[in-house]
Amino acid sequence: MSSLSPPIESVQRRGARLIARFIRTHPMPTAVSVVGAVAFAAAAVGSTIVVGRLTDELIQPAFRGHVERRSILLGVAAVIAVGIARGVSVVVRRYFAAMLEARMQVTLRTGVVDKYLSVPMAFHQSRPTGELLARAEADVSGTTMLIKPLPFSIGLIALVAFALASLIAVDWTYTLIALTLFPTLTVVNRVYTTRVEGPSARVQRRLGDVSAVAHESFDGALAVKTLGIEARESERFAAASAALREDRLQVARLRASFEPLLDVLPNLGTIALFLVGAWRIGSGESSAGELVQAATLFSILGFPMRVFGFFLEELPRAVVSVERVDEVLVQPDAPGADRTPPATLPDGPLGLELRGVRFGYDPEHTVLHDVSFAIAPGERVALVGATGSGKSTINHLTVGLAAPSSGEVLVGGVPASALAPDDLHAAVALVFQTSFLFAMSLRDNIVLDAESSSGGADERLRDAAHRARVDRFIPQLAEGWDTVVGERGVTLSGGQRQRVALARALMRRPRILLLDDATSAVDPTVEASILDSLRTDDLTLLIVAHRLSTIRLADRVVFVENGAVGAVGTHDELLDLPSYAALVHAYEDLDDDSDPDDATEAAEQAEAAAAEAAEQAAAP
Amino acid sequence: MSLAFVVAAGRLVIPIAIQQIIDRGIAGPGGYRPGVVAVLCLIAGGIIVVIAALNRLTYLRLVNTAENTLFALRTRIFEHVHRLSIAHHDESKRGVLVTRVTSDVETLAQFAQWGAISWIVNLTVVAGTLLVLALYSWQLALVVAVVFSPVVPLLRIVQRHQIAAYDHLRTTVGATLSEISESVMGAPVIRTYGMRDRTRDRLHRAIARQYRAQMRAAWFFALMFPVSDVFGAIALGGVIGLGTWQGPHWGLDAGTLVACIFLTNLILQPIGEIGEVLDQTQTAIAGWRKILDLLDEPIDVIEPNPGRGVPAGALAIDLSRVAFAYATGADVLSDVDLTIHAGESVAVVGETGSGKSTLVKLIARLADPTSGTVTVGGIDLREIDTASRVGAIRLVPQDGFLFADTIRANIALGRVGADDAAVDAAVDALGLRAWLDRLPNGLDTEVGERGEQLSVGERQLVALARAQLADPGVLILHEATSAVDPETERTLASALDRLARGRTTISVAHRLSTAEAADRVVVMDAGRIVQLGTHDELVGTDGVYASLYASWIGNTRA
Repeated sequence: MSSLSPPIESVQRRGARLIARFIRTHPMPTAVSVVGAVAFAAAAVGSTIVVGRLTDELIQPAFRGHVERRSILLGVAAVIAVGIARGVSVVVRRYFAAMLEARMQVTLRTGVVDKYLSVPMAFHQSRPTGELLARAEADVSGTTMLIKPLPFSIGLIALVAFALASLIAVDWTYTLIALTLFPTLTVVNRVYTTRVEGPSARVQRRLGDVSAVAHESFDGALAVKTLGIEARESERFAAASAALREDRLQVARLRASFEPLLDVLPNLGTIALFLVGAWRIGSGESSAGELVQAATLFSILGFPMRVFGFFLEELPRAVVSVERVDEVLVQPDAPGADRTPPATLPDGPLGLELRGVRFGYDPEHTVLHDVSFAIAPGERVALVGATGSGKSTINHLTVGLAAPSSGEVLVGGVPASALAPDDLHAAVALVFQTSFLFAMSLRDNIVLDAESSSGGADERLRDAAHRARVDRFIPQLAEGWDTVVGERGVTLSGGQRQRVALARALMRRPRILLLDDATSAVDPTVEASILDSLRTDDLTLLIVAHRLSTIRLADRVVFVENGAVGAVGTHDELLDLPSYAALVHAYEDLDDDSDPDDATEAAEQAEAAAAEAAEQAAAP
Repeated sequence: MSLAFVVAAGRLVIPIAIQQIIDRGIAGPGGYRPGVVAVLCLIAGGIIVVIAALNRLTYLRLVNTAENTLFALRTRIFEHVHRLSIAHHDESKRGVLVTRVTSDVETLAQFAQWGAISWIVNLTVVAGTLLVLALYSWQLALVVAVVFSPVVPLLRIVQRHQIAAYDHLRTTVGATLSEISESVMGAPVIRTYGMRDRTRDRLHRAIARQYRAQMRAAWFFALMFPVSDVFGAIALGGVIGLGTWQGPHWGLDAGTLVACIFLTNLILQPIGEIGEVLDQTQTAIAGWRKILDLLDEPIDVIEPNPGRGVPAGALAIDLSRVAFAYATGADVLSDVDLTIHAGESVAVVGETGSGKSTLVKLIARLADPTSGTVTVGGIDLREIDTASRVGAIRLVPQDGFLFADTIRANIALGRVGADDAAVDAAVDALGLRAWLDRLPNGLDTEVGERGEQLSVGERQLVALARAQLADPGVLILHEATSAVDPETERTLASALDRLARGRTTISVAHRLSTAEAADRVVVMDAGRIVQLGTHDELVGTDGVYASLYASWIGNTRA
């Protein structure tokens, strides 16, 4: 009943299920590597038999009288052959174990990233990016960590079986010593790994602490200098380093106790073996060769017993990791990809209507309560509301990034949910608050792939570039249109990025364009000329606006307040509404105070902060 | 070194014991002699236990020394980094500096824990084993040495390929990760712009590339161990073959030859380990070099000892023929002469890169001028005592960096030994009480990493309270470029106003209003002061300021 501490069996049972899954998914490399591991066991035990036989049949006779050269050569050949067999078996085992690991990673990682592309957007919004990346990276490798020692551990069973068989064939007393010694070794090793687990994990955490202090302190180097608190920082760092040293030393103390013990046990076993062996030889029950064989066997069994310990150590982590991976894999796909038969949109400019739309990222927190408004084809409407009032959510629902929990979004009179996603996205384009640019050239970022094959792509690109006013700065860059942006590329200003994102949307010639505060970092005069270029009859425009100048450009204003439509009308009409007037005047103040030195940068930061606040408000 | 001998001796006990037992107790002239066997076994067992105890002792001593050395090294690097002038602390270098005290020291730690010990122990074991082997039969020792001699060079070759393969693997892992990261961060764009198939293709290609790199690395990894194994078998074959063929003529006996077989097996493991440790050694050497390079960076701002104190109250500032350049590069400032009277408020304006930030950094002595002098309160900055300078000249940087702690703790950093009452007084003096009362835990609100739980404006408020606590005679304000919400903006403006009272203030201004309000405006262009005067004078004069002003007006009031 206790769900707090699952019993040990359950970890092992889950581990067994995981191993079965590896085998099921990639039987070939599993089988080959296990064959390699078993061959290794055979060769290892075989080599002890060879040495034992040689002692009796070659070495001892050689010193008593004469042996034939042929049998010497045969003996040498046998030793080398067994050695090569052992080497080859190791290559086979390691290579195919690595193949199993790599293939399993491919399977899991592909599964996770494909899932990321097909789950509803809400899944992404409810989790930090870092966590999503960790599922595809750290958790996948955590799961497959178990694979490296897996074939060896399976081979170990063979090794133990072969070793016991060869020992029984030699002398039962030797078997008895082995049966006492090696389980003891495994137990001691297990105790060791269990005891060292906590301190080792602590060492990892301490390392993280040291790194965190250094990071913060160097990050704030300017603050440290201006405040003159170098001594305090050094103390903080020394404290973290000292804690690390203490935990390291604790691990070292455990190591110092257990490592020699693990070394000593097989040696003492060998001594016991000789004590008993001498007696058995004296009474004629065993030969010197058999004793040598048993002693050699003892010397090779010690390490594999410890590898099995490593395997057990990895098990809990792998089990936890795979569960985190599976949590992603079982997510249901977003609906809509294959609805039959999809509805079709009428030709010409499209209107947009929201009818009684209700939405929440979780049932507790409704973001939109009852949103209804309609935009005529070719109309320009500004969407105005305070941070967190639900403006971005309205945009997301319109392009199908989320589905309303009740109510309907109508595009050109057709329910958006009845449209094929590709048709919807071809007709309705959303330009986001924070414009994500991919790590590729500016041309590719604008063209993406959809339109490049169809005719007139160049013409479209030219037109989109002009209307978004990117043709004013891209040709001036050193690499022009081939400038690579993104993580490792050139950094554009916030305004430039927004213009590229806008060009990307215009490239597709959408019939409804949604601008989610998409020109906030653009210089006001450039913004005005861009909005002017969008003033065409075949384009329906919905603009989330924060600047008075932008609002004034719209035909009508939809004022959103606390997840519902507060009022609809022209700007001048709405000014009678006190809450609307207050909000708009706050914008006006900010307009005047905006930083003149580098306006775009300032606005960009303000915008990022606003976006963050909106996100927090939208997804609690 | 003692550890190495202990471990080597421990490994050698068994083969010698076997030889002694076989030759004297089993196959010797007297046949089976139980008494001799028992005594030999007891002696061997005793030696093994004693050696294990010694092993523990020497290992602990070694680790203790290593950990203490690493601790000292880590803290020394850390202190050195903070003593380097601000020129070393640009964004791009920060991550590198952190890796110096973490992963680079860590490579040394790994080496100290395993690599160094492994080198000493394994070399000693190899040498000791060969020595014992030579004592039994120099001919067999020679055979073993000859057979094993190509192993280490061969391992190095395999290893070089392996390192290259792993390098490539790391690159592909990074590439896969950025693809995944793009697909996650760009998810809304990918969905609404119909890029799903293309993204999926790119992801699959990256994953496949990583797989191929993984398999290539795996091939060399798989090859690594068997190399020494196969040579071990050849050596063993040689020992057995030669030993049985020529052994009787060399005066060997059966026990000795069996001992030689065990000794040959014993060499195998250390040689393999040396092969593996080579790689780690290279990494450690590289890490060590990087650390030395950092420690060799000269401290360019040298604190006076003993220094002179500056008086309390507003201070005058004088810059005379000041020039500044970073180690590699042209002058950022040249020929700057400027006198600021005690209690005066001055705004510094100019375009990005005009040198206005550098100017105030020199006044705060975050770096020393390459030529010329800066005096504060009539004393050369280089002669002012560190503590006195930190208290008297306070720069409030634009990033408003906060430590991951409470607001109270962050404000208290403003003056060494400041107590709660002092913090409260500073807060009240700047009129921040109303703002703090709106926060969930008031002064005890946690600000998060880098203070990011607070808004940019709020971080500035904390930085101002810090400055108030220090009660400096000279206040240098680096105006934030970021826009702030209207309410915080008002709080900031009034706090700034109160903080500036009775002090000499220099503001690096981004806002028109700041320049307008200052007593005098310093206009910088290309590292020089090009204009100096009141706002009204400068607006009326044809020049940089007038054109800056025109563009401000154009942008904000259009």
